[in-house]
Amino acid sequence: MVASITNLGRSGLYDWVIQRLTAVILAVYTLFLLGFVIAHPDLQYSDWQGLFSCTAMKIASLLALISICAHGWVGMWTIATDYIKPTGIRFLFLLVTAAFVFVYLVWGIDILWGA
Amino acid sequence: MNSNRPKNLDLTTIELPLPAKASILHRISGFALFFAVAFMLTALNASLESAESFAELKSTFDNGLAKLITWLILSAVGYHLIAGIKHLVMDAGIGESKEGGKVGAIITLVGGAIVIALAGVWVW
Repeated sequence: MVASITNLGRSGLYDWVIQRLTAVILAVYTLFLLGFVIAHPDLQYSDWQGLFSCTAMKIASLLALISICAHGWVGMWTIATDYIKPTGIRFLFLLVTAAFVFVYLVWGIDILWGA
Repeated sequence: MNSNRPKNLDLTTIELPLPAKASILHRISGFALFFAVAFMLTALNASLESAESFAELKSTFDNGLAKLITWLILSAVGYHLIAGIKHLVMDAGIGESKEGGKVGAIITLVGGAIVIALAGVWVW
């Protein structure tokens, strides 16, 4: 079997766990942000900037960012292997996906730590 | 099982059952969200860079196209989240029967529609 060299966890079982763990992290993060926005109906820059400047929020945001990257990769890999049969095109699709993931990760870190 | 049974895998001729509709929407929303992250990071960047860029971003949301994109992204997030919770519930062994699957799909689709409507009210 050479079919599994591009999946994130090297096995379907790992991917299954990664997909669910990252899903829970993203759900909690999303609901927290939703709650924060609802709690601040007239959201000001100082509230928002204050939230993202605290270390706990940076850690949570980085965790969410990494989760998006892993979750997105597993999802896109699943879609690619389900629908794109020709190896070359599928490989290209996954290459573009990997490029997006890499850019999201570096860009996201840059935003969170405001270089 | 009789291997000579006729089979039809032509999706254009099949009326998808509700759980299949809920499932393919979960997949489509996930695919869209993968690219929507670029918009989210753009907005996050503008919201955190400075007070001026924050105010500028706020005024951007007055634009009709920006409202539409925001609503579409919120809709995809909302639906994907609800369908994901259904997925986890089914992973726990709840609602795995044929009937249970249908009930879960109805809850997901109705819940998704409610969240999408609420997102629309919030954006406009």
